[in-house]
Amino acid sequence: MRKHGPYLILILLLASCFSLATVLQQRAPAWTKRAQSDNVLKLVFGDGRRFFADGFFRQADVSFHSGFYPTIFDQAGASQDTRHLTAKEGEPAAEEHEKQFNFLGRPRDWIERFGRHFAVTSHTHLEGKKEREILPWLKMSAELDPQKIETYTVSAYWLRDLGKFKDAEEFLREGLRNNPDSYEILFELGRLYAENYHDPARARNVWELGLRRWAEQDAAGKKPDLLQLDQIAVYLSRLEEKEGNLARALELLQLAKKASPNPAALQPQIDELKRKLAARSPAPPPQSR
Amino acid sequence: MNTILALAGVVIKELYRRKDFYVLFVLTAVITLLMGSVSFFHDTGIVRYVKEIALLLIWIAALVIAIGTTARQIPAERENRTIFPLLAKPVTRGQVILGKFAGCWLACGLALMVFYVFFGVVSGSREHYWPVLSFFQAFWLQWVMLGIVVAFVLLGSVVFAAPSSNATISFIVVLGILLLGGHLNQVALQQPEPLRSIVYGIYFLIPHLEWYDVRDLIVYDWNRVGWLDCALATLYAATYAGLLLFGAWLVFRRKPLNV
Repeated sequence: MRKHGPYLILILLLASCFSLATVLQQRAPAWTKRAQSDNVLKLVFGDGRRFFADGFFRQADVSFHSGFYPTIFDQAGASQDTRHLTAKEGEPAAEEHEKQFNFLGRPRDWIERFGRHFAVTSHTHLEGKKEREILPWLKMSAELDPQKIETYTVSAYWLRDLGKFKDAEEFLREGLRNNPDSYEILFELGRLYAENYHDPARARNVWELGLRRWAEQDAAGKKPDLLQLDQIAVYLSRLEEKEGNLARALELLQLAKKASPNPAALQPQIDELKRKLAARSPAPPPQSR
Repeated sequence: MNTILALAGVVIKELYRRKDFYVLFVLTAVITLLMGSVSFFHDTGIVRYVKEIALLLIWIAALVIAIGTTARQIPAERENRTIFPLLAKPVTRGQVILGKFAGCWLACGLALMVFYVFFGVVSGSREHYWPVLSFFQAFWLQWVMLGIVVAFVLLGSVVFAAPSSNATISFIVVLGILLLGGHLNQVALQQPEPLRSIVYGIYFLIPHLEWYDVRDLIVYDWNRVGWLDCALATLYAATYAGLLLFGAWLVFRRKPLNV
């Protein structure tokens, strides 16, 4: 009996662990909101998966630049802004990015000068359907950190650009399930309905919901992104104008003006809408003497 | 020369008798093929991430093979006492160093060739074009870089007591150079004197292994490196390998062989 003592204790401990695990397994998901979408990767990496998710997102950016990318030693000069990932040539975000990515400078010595023969030294962006090469990294990033919202918006932008509307919608819906309060994802979903599916009713609903989500976060003191409010309001305003709801369109442009970094640029559009509204409203009846 | 080649032949035989290479190759192949079989957004034309992952695995595997194989060469001969009959042949200590270097370097080249053939097949089958010269250039530069690594580890194997410590230190140094070597000049400029001069001195002293990493050029389909630059990089590597081997010989010729 004494000979088998340690083994019996070991079996007892194993049985206790197993019993405890069966009890905890059912309760554990309730401890965290994220647990519902947990998969093997998340179980393996734990919270460290966010670090890897950031790494994969960065890798998508590296791929977008065909390998021309600043290292941590060049980061002081380069911005962490990811808006260039969804900006076309000539847009302000793209021009700003062009300036920020001029990090290489002149070589400091012969070693650096010679080393540049073996490295990518010109700033280019993927084009001609090659943008799809960034998608695997974005998908992996979303798998590891479903709360990283820009992963969904950037992916959806390029999926729409590549004509993969159904994939874009599915991915945005997945993002929305993981981030139900995200006005950024709702904005991108609205663009998909408005620009690709040509379904103004659904686009309107989604953007209106986006505005509500933005307002809720503002009321809760979470400081939501003003630029995103500006974008949702402007896009929704254009849709309402096209649908003939000029009063609502004007209201939205005035909201956008409050959030815009360049409110003066919106003023001519507001004036134009006011003119259209005045022209549409019936003339006042002539006063009788 | 025949003595050196005979010694090298023994090392190459050791590579294909041991399981290291097979395990690393199978691991690389399985991970690459698994990643390649995943469909992202129903798009079968996406290929660069597979190339990126495959080349990263090839680099890791090649370093493991080079450092692992080289680190145990001389300590194993001493431990098994086979170094005594070897040196009684007559074989000089310099020939032992050169033979071990040639064997390890050629063994790395053979392993690397298998890896690159596999990479070429995977990449070509998805991209439907074969930039053979670019692949050859990447292979050559990596192999030349491994020459410096092998020479460095060989020097370590006559300096450090155990192969494990030699392998660990070599890994740290090689990875350090690959990741930070090219940026030491930037770091130096941000330091006050005399640290600036010391860091800049290290920058000029270390072999710049990061030059030989042309994975980005392959993955993102950039133009090939100029052949003259390739030749100069080869000369640079040969100089460093020569210096390290000379250092290894200087230490080894006066080293007592009994364990």
